[in-house]
Amino acid sequence: MSVSLTTRQVGDVTVVDLAGRITLGEGSSALREALRDLVSKGHKKVLLNLGEVSYIDSSGIGELVSGFTTVTNQGGQLKLLNLTKRVKDLLQITKLYTVFDVHDDEAAAVRSFS
Amino acid sequence: MEQNTGGEAPAVEKLLDSTLESVDSAESLVLAIARQAGFQEDALDQIAMAVRECAVNAVVHGNRYSAAKKVRLSASKTQGRITVTISDQGSGFNPDDVPDPLAEENLLRTSGRGIFLVRAFMDEFRVRRLDPEGTEVTLVKYLGAK
Repeated sequence: MSVSLTTRQVGDVTVVDLAGRITLGEGSSALREALRDLVSKGHKKVLLNLGEVSYIDSSGIGELVSGFTTVTNQGGQLKLLNLTKRVKDLLQITKLYTVFDVHDDEAAAVRSFS
Repeated sequence: MEQNTGGEAPAVEKLLDSTLESVDSAESLVLAIARQAGFQEDALDQIAMAVRECAVNAVVHGNRYSAAKKVRLSASKTQGRITVTISDQGSGFNPDDVPDPLAEENLLRTSGRGIFLVRAFMDEFRVRRLDPEGTEVTLVKYLGAK
């Protein structure tokens, strides 16, 4: 049981819908590769929808941070959508909740991209 | 019995290969015991993550995926608490050497949060160097705490 990712385009924002577990191994690798692929193709407005992510470990958190840094360094923006309570708690306890731009409403999140 | 968890009868005692599948196994085995012990959802999540982080450390950083090295898992429950011990055959580590992941300059590091999360989620966390090699970590969580 790992993570599944599907990407869709909403205007000029690329929404990545993730479901499952983002843990060391397949889950974190899949997220890393997906984000690298998006960046290499020039996608600079990335919204990660974590609404169906049931579990994330420190490796998964590391991949979120890595993705954030990668996209930001390319002049883009990476934002988070629909955090579960578990993921929100993790980001708060690790002080990353204030690093990421986090949204609960997709339309508002898409509009927030500059 | 090589592991002594304070006179409690171990509910599980396993020797696991140094693979990521073993990490999943360790998490599942301990979760089953924690449920039996009466822990509820939030605490179960915390125990699962703490065990996962320690098992990953044992497999990846301790044994470095070596097929020749094993991870030993022991978990027991008594009234009001669960005790988990995970040991590897690696060269050892000092948890105090891990940079503070909450420091401003470390917030964007992509690793180094595992031990921090274990400390945050469990009521006790102890690390012991084994002779001649290896590291043993002990995790304790009390019902109703944190």
